[in-house]
Amino acid sequence: MIKSSWVKILIKGEIMGKISLEVNGRKVEKEASDNTLLSTFLREHLQLTGTHIGCDTSQCGACVVHVDGNSLKSCTALAADVNGSKITTIEGLETNGKMHPMQEAFKKLHGLQCGFCTPGMVMSAVDLLQKNKKPSDTEIRDWLEGNICRCTGYQNIVAAVKEAATKM
Amino acid sequence: MASLVGSRVERKEDKRFLTGKGRYTADINLANQTYAIFVRSPHARASIKKINIDKALKSSGVVSILTGKEIADDKIGGLIAGWAIRSEDGTEMKCPGNPPLAKDNVNFVGDPVAVVIAESLAEAKEAAEKVEVDYKVLKAVTSTADAMNGDTIHEGIDKNLCFDWLLGDRQKVKEAFDKADKVISIDIINNRLIPNAMEPRACVADYNAASEEITLYTTSQNPHLSRLIMSAFGNVAPEHKLRVVAPDVGGGFGSKINVYNEDIVCSWAAKKINRAIKWVAERSESFLTDIHGRDHVTHAELAVTKDGKFLGFKNETIANLGAYARVFGTVTPTYLFGPCATGVYEIPAAYTNVKAVYTNTAPVDAYRGAGRPEATYTIERLVEKASMELGIDKTELRIKNFPTAFPFKQTLVHTVDSGDYVAGMEKAKQMADYKGFEARRKESEAKGKLRGIGVTSYFEACGIAPSAAVMSLGCGVGLWESAEVRFNPTGQVTVYTGSHSHGQSHQTTFAQIAADELGVPIENIDIVHGDTDKGTFGMGTYGSRSLAVGGIAIVNACKKIVEKGKRVTAKMLEANPEDVEFKDGEFIVSKSNKKKTIGEVAFACYLPGVRDEMKSPLPEGDEPGLKETSFYDPSNFSFPAGTHIAEVEIDPETGHVKLEKYTACDDFGRIINPMVVEGQVHGGLAQGIGQALYENAEYDETGQLMTGSYMDYTMPRADNFPEFNIGYTCTHATTNPLGVKGCGEAGAIAAPPTVMNAVIDALGGQEVTMPATAEKVWKACKNLKKSNAKAA
Repeated sequence: MIKSSWVKILIKGEIMGKISLEVNGRKVEKEASDNTLLSTFLREHLQLTGTHIGCDTSQCGACVVHVDGNSLKSCTALAADVNGSKITTIEGLETNGKMHPMQEAFKKLHGLQCGFCTPGMVMSAVDLLQKNKKPSDTEIRDWLEGNICRCTGYQNIVAAVKEAATKM
Repeated sequence: MASLVGSRVERKEDKRFLTGKGRYTADINLANQTYAIFVRSPHARASIKKINIDKALKSSGVVSILTGKEIADDKIGGLIAGWAIRSEDGTEMKCPGNPPLAKDNVNFVGDPVAVVIAESLAEAKEAAEKVEVDYKVLKAVTSTADAMNGDTIHEGIDKNLCFDWLLGDRQKVKEAFDKADKVISIDIINNRLIPNAMEPRACVADYNAASEEITLYTTSQNPHLSRLIMSAFGNVAPEHKLRVVAPDVGGGFGSKINVYNEDIVCSWAAKKINRAIKWVAERSESFLTDIHGRDHVTHAELAVTKDGKFLGFKNETIANLGAYARVFGTVTPTYLFGPCATGVYEIPAAYTNVKAVYTNTAPVDAYRGAGRPEATYTIERLVEKASMELGIDKTELRIKNFPTAFPFKQTLVHTVDSGDYVAGMEKAKQMADYKGFEARRKESEAKGKLRGIGVTSYFEACGIAPSAAVMSLGCGVGLWESAEVRFNPTGQVTVYTGSHSHGQSHQTTFAQIAADELGVPIENIDIVHGDTDKGTFGMGTYGSRSLAVGGIAIVNACKKIVEKGKRVTAKMLEANPEDVEFKDGEFIVSKSNKKKTIGEVAFACYLPGVRDEMKSPLPEGDEPGLKETSFYDPSNFSFPAGTHIAEVEIDPETGHVKLEKYTACDDFGRIINPMVVEGQVHGGLAQGIGQALYENAEYDETGQLMTGSYMDYTMPRADNFPEFNIGYTCTHATTNPLGVKGCGEAGAIAAPPTVMNAVIDALGGQEVTMPATAEKVWKACKNLKKSNAKAA
């Protein structure tokens, strides 16, 4: 159910609020109107443009980030909704300049072409392995059903996730 | 040094994409930028009575609102068709004007009528809602099949007919049909698709008042071509004052070939308001206004002898152009379609007749495969039907009509330089365990399921294309490609290419080619593309042309570098240039141990000083520096080919089609990077299978797009596919020095008929249109039950 106050916030967007998050290990505090989507907040307020916007119906999954460790389509949440959370975006997946095993596996097995769906796909896949250490092909395909890729036909993405599972 | 060509080299572009450092157009923000929102027609066909912007102008943050009147007053040109096609009777095609902002009439839902420019996106959106457009709504024409009977959409274009084109010889075909034992005929709808690159279109236009230059960042597959069109036809700015940059582009599939309304409007308006303007399409705008693909209605016939020899072929097609003819709109259903209509077969007589019609729908243009998927679908459905009606095995029937020798003079236009279609068929059958199918069919039957197998043998004409040939057929430009290879004094190499990568991996594959040609480590080679300020000119990426045309330009420029290097080495080592050989990055004087590395030669070319004992390394007549350019114009198209085999299992209770197995055996000539080629095949297959089983763009009778979001348009997802089984045969192309043919479109060309042949096989030969949705298939299963019951 939509809270009545949301209508005002979503439609008008007039109320400015302070958004405090920990993004990729760094504390950030920014003023933003209360109707700012998390995806917009990351891209426009924090210049973290690795999180992509591929649709307007929360279908494509290009904007998936982790909120407190769980994957979320960042266009489905207001920044204000997740106030106080820890966010990890694609920019925060490397450690000390070394790519995450999932990123390595995507590179090794050609799990990306144009790169646009890739950040969301990788963030989603990382969460899958957090929840299921050795997923089957079917489980991988089912999990990634919410991430649309137009380039790869998914086969090498599935292979990359399996490869990453052996490295994590 | 080991050759990199042919190796599975990991991609140089991947790290930035995987770490969120890609730079797509929507990621670009310029100082003091404004935001544009387009006011679009909600009607498929209407005349514009009045536009009132008074209220909108008073809305907060509005910088400017511009309409079709201002754009006409400034003499900004419209969007154009890139190919002039003549009708069978010799008359020129008929094209309506297509202003970037509609002034008098709108012709499809989404046709832009005004642009609102404001300080913020939210303010632009709010103001756009206050623009009042008074329309007189007119009856829309939306059906491809009935377009010629509808109201005239564009003044002066009778029957909404752009052209009525013929390729081939009607009389010869008649004679062939008169001799036939049997005529197989088929009616086909090639469903309309929406390309759906995952990155929505976007542009950021900037004006520099000091240099009077416009810079346009845009989601384009061909920035130089866009600049040419915007300058020569759009009158936006002279070419030297217009820079077009296509940075990282998130997929194209043909949808980003065209210059779009927004590119022209934002560039023009940025100069007008003297500020940068950013526009990013929402997905719903992409659905409405990106070019769409396919949309043919076809009747085709094949004349055969009783033992299965093909005698003649005819194809009568109505092709929907949508509201306007765009860059590849008119060539897609003609020269990209007709010449491939007879497929991989020796058919003595053939013709293809295409009536291209306007409707009140989004413009239809080149989408992955462009014309060749439609051609292949028709002939391969027809051949499959012939196999059923003649009772000849579907693979045997095909083999019986394959050419026996190469070059293969194909019926209508092309001379195919190389191939071995029988070898491809045999390998595909083996890979797919074709022999074991009947046993698998029985297993499925035992579970109450219907199993079908479908085959397609295809060829395609790509590597687009020899300029002389395409210009004689009506193309407005030559389709060569350029490359520039620059050595830095310290030995690294920058290659500028006119091709554009939006997923195709040029940064890697082109670097592999240059590394082999020059003997320079791949790490020291950069491929630069996508900016009209970098590189002379380029025709861009489409029609599987990047490697077969752009790649060869790189090879040729590298060869010129090596030639100069030989002359310089000879001078430095006091030898004859003819005695200098080049291998693995070293210039060696034959029958001696004297040599120079290419790095030393490059360094010498930049430091041709004369001092004390040091003499100039430059031979007389050679200038300093080491940089070469090639403009390569291919001598022929290239002709990938192959055989694909699919197996489906249908649940007759639900009509659900499960694609059980998909085998692709392709001949792409020489393969530069097997990993990249595999990715191209997978992606093409996914789009082709998408067309067969899931995707469909549908307009209602008033011209509203019923499939305007990912909630309604069925994009294929990860759980829709089996693991593809892919393999290759390899015959080198004889018309280019690399022996390459191209691989980007094959999957999208071969997969639709392969899958549909399997579905229809499972349904006992009952025709089903694409996409084979559960509803259609379920109905066919019911019919099958009835007819089986009758037979019993």
